[in-house]
Amino acid sequence: MSQGRVPAALLALAGLGLLFFLLPLAGLIVRAPWDQAIGAIESPETGTALSLSLFCSLAATAVALVLGIPLAFVLSKTTGHLRSVMRALTTLPMVLPPVVGGVALLLAFGRKGLVGSILYQAFGIQIPFTTAAAVMAETFVAMPFLVIAVEGGLRSLDPRYEEAARALGARGWMVFARVTLPLLRPAIFSGAVLCWARALGEFGATITFAGNFPGRTQTVPVAVYVALETRPESGIVLSLILLAVSLAVLVGMRDRWLGAL
Amino acid sequence: MTRRSVVFAALLLLAACGGQTGGAGAISTLPRTNLTVFAAASLKPPFDQIGARILTTKNVSVTSSYAGTQTLTAQLTQGAPADVFASADTAHMTTVQTAGLLSGPSRLFAHNKLEIAVARRNPKGVHTLADLTRSGLVVVLADPSVPAGKYAQQALSMAHVTVHPASLELQVTGVLSKVALGEADAGIVYVSDIVTDGRVDGIAIPDSQNVIAEYPIAALKGASNSAGAQAFIDLVLSPDGQAILQGAGFQGV
Repeated sequence: MSQGRVPAALLALAGLGLLFFLLPLAGLIVRAPWDQAIGAIESPETGTALSLSLFCSLAATAVALVLGIPLAFVLSKTTGHLRSVMRALTTLPMVLPPVVGGVALLLAFGRKGLVGSILYQAFGIQIPFTTAAAVMAETFVAMPFLVIAVEGGLRSLDPRYEEAARALGARGWMVFARVTLPLLRPAIFSGAVLCWARALGEFGATITFAGNFPGRTQTVPVAVYVALETRPESGIVLSLILLAVSLAVLVGMRDRWLGAL
Repeated sequence: MTRRSVVFAALLLLAACGGQTGGAGAISTLPRTNLTVFAAASLKPPFDQIGARILTTKNVSVTSSYAGTQTLTAQLTQGAPADVFASADTAHMTTVQTAGLLSGPSRLFAHNKLEIAVARRNPKGVHTLADLTRSGLVVVLADPSVPAGKYAQQALSMAHVTVHPASLELQVTGVLSKVALGEADAGIVYVSDIVTDGRVDGIAIPDSQNVIAEYPIAALKGASNSAGAQAFIDLVLSPDGQAILQGAGFQGV
């Protein structure tokens, strides 16, 4: 606020906006059955969903790192039309309703799907309803966050470091592994954390593509949805856990990491 | 949007409005009222027809929310505004009643039975509930919190069969679509689902292992259109409504 006074009307609207974010969180915290919280956390269903979610989101982040960093690298080196097309494809899952993503995954990787039918007929592999499907759904929705963050990092990189390495005789892969990647560490880190948080919260694509089965595809968000209709207390407790994780991510990353976007 | 498309959209809108009022005016002189119906997912085919019927006879425009009964029950107890609730079991109706949300007693209006849904022409040769345990067969059930899932569990336990489902769907239509899409080989759904869905075949379950699903309907206390709610319930229970339900594979009462 050092840039002079903010008009009162703006201040009021801003306060309203902030309140709109704050109230649902307050509702969650106030209505939480704190006396039953410990019991709900210790219940086997919660534990199963939590460990499955942890596994799936970490696996999705790992896949996103392996595929997303090269994708960001290629994106940053392309120009013109090709770049716009690639960029649109990469960011599409960020704006696509996750349920639509799930349907699309089903039609591509399902038993009758574009690729899935080949996998099924040739190798007898069926992806839907498996933990792999849950990981794929989360990767689909979360990888763009990593790609965007890393691409941003790449674009702000001083090209002279890479040029110097090349001048000293390093080949393409060597330059990438020894010079580019280490310089990108902050961007990769922030991208990975955002990607992981998004993967952890994934619901629509997961339930559509992977279904709902405890221990196999019932991640925490799916468990929240199911529990809210039958055992609201444990649904609220699971929501609180996700809220705590999200807050921890934000606090841990602080502004400078988010600034990379 | 270009100016031309704005004009086009406006024309469309006009045409839509004109069509509605004109159509209703021609058939009924009653003032148009709106009705919100919360109905179990399996009721979509007959209730869409009943909604169309009551629009022409009583000029009541029905907006229906079809979902798993447990979802609707949760929404109602959280204060969702609706005029009529039609449940796929009596347990959830009791929950809504206990919450003090009904304006009168509930009435049973239909029965339904279970059937095994398989792909057209039954390529996997599923004939009994016991066949569902075959390894390699992808079976999808409704979650036990969903009436269809609860009924399916009862049927399976009567048949002394333990199935390992690939997924527990949150409404019976989810089971149906997974089979129809070919992602699941078999699923347990209602007879009515198979009658109204041309994409799957049904394998009958013998009565000794089958469950009779009971569908109660009731007007809700917070109804903004209680006359419309009563008219809708009356139509469902009338010979006309019962004929529609039977045409959609339900059994009348």
